[in-house]
Amino acid sequence: MKTLLKSALTLAMLAGVSAYAATPEEIQRGYTAQARQENPQFKDFAASRGEQFYHAKRTHSSGNAISCASCHTDNPKNTGTHERTRKTIQPMAPIANTERFSDPAKVEKWFKRNCQDVLERACTAQEKGDYIAYLRSVK
Amino acid sequence: MKAYQPIALLLAASLAGAALAEEGEEHEGGRQSLMAVTNAKWKVECASCHTLYHPGLLPERSWRKLMAGLDKHFGESAALDPVTNKEITDFLVKYSADQSADRRSSRIASSIPAASTPLRITETAWFKREHDKVSTNVWKRPKIGSPANCAACHAGAEQGSFSEHQVKIPR
Repeated sequence: MKTLLKSALTLAMLAGVSAYAATPEEIQRGYTAQARQENPQFKDFAASRGEQFYHAKRTHSSGNAISCASCHTDNPKNTGTHERTRKTIQPMAPIANTERFSDPAKVEKWFKRNCQDVLERACTAQEKGDYIAYLRSVK
Repeated sequence: MKAYQPIALLLAASLAGAALAEEGEEHEGGRQSLMAVTNAKWKVECASCHTLYHPGLLPERSWRKLMAGLDKHFGESAALDPVTNKEITDFLVKYSADQSADRRSSRIASSIPAASTPLRITETAWFKREHDKVSTNVWKRPKIGSPANCAACHAGAEQGSFSEHQVKIPR
């Protein structure tokens, strides 16, 4: 499974070098094989689970309550703000930001960072696919 | 013709004097620009979350340490793939405060004790000296947030320009 994950990441990185443009739907679908590997009972990605995931607050080991929405705001169509640096974060929903989920390597880069920052672990392929499904569903 | 010569000399002398004054005025205004440098990866990767910090603001040893610890970057993960990391590290090192030929960068480098490897530009003695008149309340203004937000007051910060004439402190 680790090798599969590694080859998926390598592919994603290679894709990034050539700035491979994809649609959010394609990127979501790209997590299917890995989700099946991680869970043989895997059925599909669900926007509703992604929505819960996006808003779910957890207590970080630093003591602070944190969620995806902490920086990306409760409405993914809004512009977010990095809590400490005040840097603007473009909206997460593709309907409000056409660049969102268009580069597989960039998507992987940010999942790797932000899952660590919020959950203090890597996200599963199921979580990543659900997350994209939710943001795609925002109209 | 000859009568004009002293005037021309005077003019030349005063121009030279003005240039010297400007050079000497770096602390209180004047030209406070670092050498213009650029790298596409540095621009994209290092400015996603914060001000794009010029390589000439820290010495080589600081950049190396910082780039080796991106998975825990001031409490956050800023992890990069190894290829991108190396490209950006090489760029930062090449134009770092102690490697760059830029005179201003050299001055920044020489103000940092050899035994210290600061990771925050704001911790260096020259930064504190340059900002000694800025009060704590000013740093905390919503549009500024912290001393790390160079671009909040220095519009040209990302181009390495810190001229005091360009400083606009947001309310």
